[in-house]
Amino acid sequence: MQIYLPIAELSVNVFLILGMGAGVGFLSGLFGVGGGFLLTPLLIFIGIPPAVAVATEANQIVASSISGVLAHWKRGIVDFKMGLVLLIGGIVGSSFGVWLFGILRAMGQIDLTIQLSYVLFLSIVGGLMLVESINAIVKRKQKKTQKLHQHYWIHGLPFKVRFRKSRLYISITLPLGIGFLVGILAAIMGVSGGFVMVPAMIYLLGMPTAVVVGTSLFQIIFVTANVTVLQAVNTQTVDVVLAMLLLTGGVIGAQIGARFGNKMQGEHLRGLLALIVLSVCAKIGFDLISTPLDLYSIGLPGGH
Amino acid sequence: MKTPLIFKAFFGLSLYLAAIISPAQADGELVVDLSKPIVAITTGFTGADILLFGVTDGKGDVVVVVRGPQRDTVVRRKYQVAGIWVNKDSITFKQVPGFYGLASNRPIAQFAPLAIRKENQIGPGFIQMLPVDTSFSPKQIGLFKDALIRNKQNQGLYSLDPNKLTFLGNELFRTTLKFPANVTIGTYGIEVYQFRNKKLINKRTTLLEVRKIGFEAGVYNFAHRHSLAYGVLAILIAGMAGWLANAVFRRV
Repeated sequence: MQIYLPIAELSVNVFLILGMGAGVGFLSGLFGVGGGFLLTPLLIFIGIPPAVAVATEANQIVASSISGVLAHWKRGIVDFKMGLVLLIGGIVGSSFGVWLFGILRAMGQIDLTIQLSYVLFLSIVGGLMLVESINAIVKRKQKKTQKLHQHYWIHGLPFKVRFRKSRLYISITLPLGIGFLVGILAAIMGVSGGFVMVPAMIYLLGMPTAVVVGTSLFQIIFVTANVTVLQAVNTQTVDVVLAMLLLTGGVIGAQIGARFGNKMQGEHLRGLLALIVLSVCAKIGFDLISTPLDLYSIGLPGGH
Repeated sequence: MKTPLIFKAFFGLSLYLAAIISPAQADGELVVDLSKPIVAITTGFTGADILLFGVTDGKGDVVVVVRGPQRDTVVRRKYQVAGIWVNKDSITFKQVPGFYGLASNRPIAQFAPLAIRKENQIGPGFIQMLPVDTSFSPKQIGLFKDALIRNKQNQGLYSLDPNKLTFLGNELFRTTLKFPANVTIGTYGIEVYQFRNKKLINKRTTLLEVRKIGFEAGVYNFAHRHSLAYGVLAILIAGMAGWLANAVFRRV
């Protein structure tokens, strides 16, 4: 069954989109990740214009993260103060990112920028996860005593603020900066940025793992909502029909995935996720270096 | 010597009147019509076939040219930089038709002289494409122009080989105009040329409207006219969907 997408202006198979949403939803339920980093490249692979893919994905993430944060809300493990600081950085960063997106699109360099950002971030994050999960599997039996968090140069920064729920007393510039950078990624790559945000909160800020997921979801909602509105106003590339299809498949897949995830061991899950991240990265990287079928491409000036 | 404007206007007007009052102004009659004057893009749209039919006044050959709405179009060329393929050179062409379709009863070169094909832009190679920046060499412009046609052809928007146009007897003819799912919206010009003994004897123009209707039009217009409200609504819908998903699956 074909459906015509009003904003992307092309006809797609409904079941293909639902299936993609469900497949990525399954993985995101399984691993507890947003899945934007998989869905956006998949949409581009099937021929959705990159600008529409990125903007629509932001809209889709709003829905999936609201669903996620509601589940965490009840358990009361969201650090709203930290979330708000990250959010301020995120709003500024994502607004800057949407502006940058428009300029790069007019220059004809947006596809390259999206691809390069994917290769860069996916290879770093995937590589780190793989190494860590292998280490964890090898060293599972040797228990280590850990400090609450380590102290290094980051704790020497000024404007220190106390975050009670995270049991931290750190410089406000740090979460602001992280929020800003992740905001740019959200706008340019069509991702929630969770795969950068979560490790940054754990390793850079030293937040307890329990509050990390809820807090990052909380700020992701508002950052992606900001990207959705800005893209709708600046580029008119948010396709609600496409977003609804992805979402429908996504929520069902996520619930099934979450049930599977409970039965698997954390280290194995993370190792598997790392392999998926690295293979997406390899595919995009390969496309960048292999000789294109046609060296020439066409578009409209200004990117519209 | 400059022709006074009034004469020009009068000349134009008389040509126009001649064209509408006596269709048989040249050698004879040429009447064409479409099975439908619009291509309606609905939710289930996967492309459309429009039947074009017409009557001539006897023997001859017919070419149908369909041109989509014109827009400035950029052609970019990739080069390998440090192992990565990067867009570097680009040429913008002025007012390139977004769609170009052809139909004829036999190979066009067999009955239409080159000069007439060039003048009337019959055949993709003759579509007028003028670069905005004129500093490029003709050879470079030619390469970029070929690339534009090739890309449009791969997208199914330009047809290089004419579609079949069939004559039923000597006077009645018909052809099917095919529009893929990725057609751009706007007004399409359809020109029908009649040739006899390698001479252009008649020309008719008719228009076709490609537009979104119903839900598709509603979403598209809303997104373009009230983009802020559209963005906010998109978030509200997403929020409701997220809440609903959570509410439903908590009980399962």
